Amino acid sequence: MSNLLAAISSDSDLFFWQNAFFAIFAVTMLYGAVKVVTTSNVVHAALWLVVVLSGVACQFILLGAEFVAVTQVLVYIGAVVVLFLFGVMLTRASMGDDESVADEKRMIASIVGVLLFSVMAFALIDTWSDDRIVIDEPQTVTEVSDSIFSQYIVPFEAVSVLLLAALIGAIVVARKD
Amino acid sequence: MLLNQFLLLAAALFCIGVYGVLARKSGMLVLMSIELILNAVNINLVAFGALTEDVGGEVFALFTIAVAAAEVGIGLAIVLLMYRNRRSIDLSEADLMKG
Repeated sequence: MSNLLAAISSDSDLFFWQNAFFAIFAVTMLYGAVKVVTTSNVVHAALWLVVVLSGVACQFILLGAEFVAVTQVLVYIGAVVVLFLFGVMLTRASMGDDESVADEKRMIASIVGVLLFSVMAFALIDTWSDDRIVIDEPQTVTEVSDSIFSQYIVPFEAVSVLLLAALIGAIVVARKD
Repeated sequence: MLLNQFLLLAAALFCIGVYGVLARKSGMLVLMSIELILNAVNINLVAFGALTEDVGGEVFALFTIAVAAAEVGIGLAIVLLMYRNRRSIDLSEADLMKG
């Protein structure tokens, strides 16, 4: 861990600001994520989810992935969260439940989470102790689209069929008859 | 920027999502926790893509976003169906197939 802190503080000025913004976004995201899984109101959880998802979009911009960041905002914040709010509206009996969750269940879940994180953190610090990401220029939409429509065309078509199947499936499952 | 700071952030987000999936009872909140997990995976993909300066990381992050959108659509349809049949989306009550 001290290696990590020393390596971060040895960065030059530009890197200082990158790291400063990373820290701001990371703290906001983690606070929002904890609120998502602890707040008892479903609508509040969906709105905290917006904070986390925008934080992820900011991290994508820090990593120079503009197109993924824009897609994140469009698809997640634009569509998925609205879908969640519609779901909450249609199943409003569930508003503000979750107080009844047994403390034992919560305790076991937090033990699992903390153990998993400590194992992962140990493995990550052990393996990637001082690999650096240097971003000279962001990866442009042209590169991404060229790659999708040449090298990754088969998975792209598979995802298209999957989306169509999911659309039809959702309608079939949810319709009244 | 170190690669590790992104990986550790993603690991923390993943574990918070796992906690949510295990501790929550409402089907809607479990779906939101799954979104946290998928976003953690996306941060990892883009970070490794930036490390290797390969565009593949971004492309697969886009595929993950598409699959996550499909997953939310189907998941909400199932939750809605469950609500219509039992007037509750409490997952601990869904024990029809419990042995």
